[in-house]
Amino acid sequence: MNLRRVLSETFSWSYFAAIYAFIFLPVAVLVLFSFQDGRLPIPPFNGVTLKWYGEVFGDSRLMSALGNSLKVAFLSSLMACLLGFCAAYGLARFRLPATALQRVLLTAPLTVSYLIIALGLLVLFNWLGVRLSLWTVGIGHVVINLPLCFAIIYASMGEHQRNIERAAQDLGANSLQVVLLVTAPMLMPSILAAFFLSLTFSWDEFIISFLLSRFDVTLPVEIWSLLRSGLNPKTNAIGSIVFLASTVLLVVLEIFVFRARSQK
Amino acid sequence: MKAAPIEKNEARRGWCFVAPALLWTLAFFIVPFAFMAAASFASRVSRQIVYTWDLGNYVNFFSKSYLLKGLFVSLEITLLVTVISVLLAYPLAWIIAERVPKRWQRTALILAILPFWTSYVVRSYSWLLVLSSNGVINNLLLKFGLQEPLELASTTTATVIGFVHFFVMLLTLTIYSNLIQLSPNYKRAAQDLGANGLQTFWHVILPLTLPGIMVGAFLTFVLCIGDYITPQILGGNNELVLPQIIMLQLGRRADIPTAAALSIVLMLVVTLAYILCLRWLKMERT
Amino acid sequence: MTADVRLQGITKRFEDFTALSDICLDIEAGEFIVLLGPSGCGKSTLLSIIGGFLSPSAGRVLIGDKDMTDVPPSIRPTTTMFQDYALFPHMTLRDNVAFGLRMRKLGRRERALKADEFLDLVGMKASAARKPHELSGGQRQRVALARALAVNPDLLLLDEPLGALDMKLRRQMQDELKSIQREIGTTFIHVTHDQEEAMAIADRIVVMNDGVIEGCGEPSDIYMRPQSIFTAGFMGEVNFIAGKVVGEDAPQIDIETCFGLTRIPRAAFRAGIPTKGESTMLCIRPEQLHPSSEHSGYTDLCQAKIIDGAFFGTHFRCHLQAPAAPELVLVAHLPQSTHLHVGETIDLGLNLADIVALPPKPPAAEL
Repeated sequence: MNLRRVLSETFSWSYFAAIYAFIFLPVAVLVLFSFQDGRLPIPPFNGVTLKWYGEVFGDSRLMSALGNSLKVAFLSSLMACLLGFCAAYGLARFRLPATALQRVLLTAPLTVSYLIIALGLLVLFNWLGVRLSLWTVGIGHVVINLPLCFAIIYASMGEHQRNIERAAQDLGANSLQVVLLVTAPMLMPSILAAFFLSLTFSWDEFIISFLLSRFDVTLPVEIWSLLRSGLNPKTNAIGSIVFLASTVLLVVLEIFVFRARSQK
Repeated sequence: MKAAPIEKNEARRGWCFVAPALLWTLAFFIVPFAFMAAASFASRVSRQIVYTWDLGNYVNFFSKSYLLKGLFVSLEITLLVTVISVLLAYPLAWIIAERVPKRWQRTALILAILPFWTSYVVRSYSWLLVLSSNGVINNLLLKFGLQEPLELASTTTATVIGFVHFFVMLLTLTIYSNLIQLSPNYKRAAQDLGANGLQTFWHVILPLTLPGIMVGAFLTFVLCIGDYITPQILGGNNELVLPQIIMLQLGRRADIPTAAALSIVLMLVVTLAYILCLRWLKMERT
Repeated sequence: MTADVRLQGITKRFEDFTALSDICLDIEAGEFIVLLGPSGCGKSTLLSIIGGFLSPSAGRVLIGDKDMTDVPPSIRPTTTMFQDYALFPHMTLRDNVAFGLRMRKLGRRERALKADEFLDLVGMKASAARKPHELSGGQRQRVALARALAVNPDLLLLDEPLGALDMKLRRQMQDELKSIQREIGTTFIHVTHDQEEAMAIADRIVVMNDGVIEGCGEPSDIYMRPQSIFTAGFMGEVNFIAGKVVGEDAPQIDIETCFGLTRIPRAAFRAGIPTKGESTMLCIRPEQLHPSSEHSGYTDLCQAKIIDGAFFGTHFRCHLQAPAAPELVLVAHLPQSTHLHVGETIDLGLNLADIVALPPKPPAAEL
């Protein structure tokens, strides 16, 4: 009886450790060799140097790509959230014909590969004679994030909220006031969740950014061209920076937002 | 009598809210998709798209072996990745849900998916560092007496490893969420009736989580089969997957019609998988 | 089959509070016991300990004279009927009921036959091939009962199983549970917060509050002769009249209340006879107050004015206020034929034998 338990526990924890090792292996290698005092980010590890990080911050193309990524992510997520919120509000609160069809339409892009979305937009812009730029990338990002924002916000609009809105109307608010002063603040957790999720997807998105941009590119595309030059500790450095920044953000969110919420 | 005008007014306001999103989806998703579908029936004649409205591209797909091969390679890799990832992720999700103390479960889960937050491109590149002939693994093996470095990178194997790494994290998350949503009374009822741990898992827990696994597997399938980055970085030049072939048509040859046709084929495969998945889920229900 | 249960000194402490304190209870084989109390009183915790899903911090659980305190649920001769039924959604009803038998290595045909037998007992045999999601709440509950009984436990534990049902269905299920229990003779331990349900089905009721047992006995006993203020108040509406012992004239005791001097029998004191000068609390049920003018057999209590009233079908429920004790609001259930109006004054009387006198709750315990 007890032996079985001991064996099962040992096996479980060994498996646990092994999988975690597998999961962290590439990241550990990435971060370790970003400090490589040598030309190539591979063993042997010669020593610690920060020169690659220096090169990253000194690389103007890389830094502007970073800025571009932030700009595109922020603006496209904002747009996706706005459109998604309005659509969710419209469908949830008003009786419109063919609601089911509209929902399918709005969430359809979730089922299509990014490559295909990018290709479609490429053909469209080609036909319209629109020049490729960060704006076209942004448009593509809104296409992929809008369904997500819509779905998340729509799912959180329940009957319970409807009654609160009715109470506001009852007390004299017109529909715009209800939306701005009651609905949006009430749904803020979902709206923020949708926003941050969109930020995450847009920030790391490659194929649409690659196909729909020309001269100004986003960070993943710039890193891609770095890869052309083979194994380089500089790539490790920028990768580690991105990883570190996201981890810190996650930890901060976890401590201040989620912990606080679960304690309430 | 007053009901009708108010309703019309209401509906109009509703449309105002939904219209922008609908228009955006129409303009930048539906229409481009239609264009692309149309382009798949065209051909490239000296750098121009000429709408010949034939199935030429599709015929090409089935006749040109390297194009068809791309589909098979894609399917082979994707199915392999899906199966391996599910088999590796389920036990991990189970251990976090059942063995890790409740207070640490969230932390354990976040740690398990932390590498998600490296850029996808960088993550695949990291595997190159590990697998290449002068990379970490080979370095270790050479130290232990291996004569020649193993060719791990630039192979289909490397692509599979790279994919599995990503999807094990994704599936751990989805399977874990599924496991903790199960009412604890199912386990208690099974134990109460005499089942030991293994029996409880096999007869009760596993069947109940099967739909969730199916959804996760489908997600894996869709994301994997449409991915360009990981195969391009880690795969060799011999066995190209469909997205790589599509990109080739675009890049070098600027052959949008062929690329479009191949994309439609990719989409059809995904749709087929979706239908099969739905069918299976419906069967499970009854 | 069946067995007796002995709980000795069961205590359960969680991180920041104590759920059960020194619970001692003897249950005879074949009894239908109801653990009754408000939410948070510890009744579900006690049930979990008896079922083996929780270990007590102290104390022992003996089932059929064997110490089962550390025995896991899969081996214990108990089965539990959960509040959410916990029927396995991916199995047919037959497979659900046969599950325990399968774990006991019964052959396929044998266990299918047995499962059908138990489904028949609860009236669900016709649906044996269906799945739980096709059934209503009441039907699911019957199947859960069949599943729990199919493994022939000594003890069946029911965790508020009727909570999700509507009134009519609940009454029906109460009757069925009672008749099934009589038929098979297994010891049933049933947890509920509904005192009417407890009285309907229990052989004995165990009233719990804040982790301790406040009272234990047959339904009529618990209701008409409660042993603590809490029990009196929990089992139904009750009038509490404070009094002080001023003398003793065996076999009766003199009590001074706001209504004057009363002489009540010693038998009224359910929790010890207080000495002269001590205070006590007299408890009278609303239906035990009668208009004096009606029947000469009643002892006069006081004159009171009706401050509100409503017709409840079987009785006329009203609140009254006596000028002799203006801060005390009495509640009475007068006969349904009463034609009285708010503002009218009537004479209230009672039967002295109906009074129960209990030690008043110490101020701290009233939190």
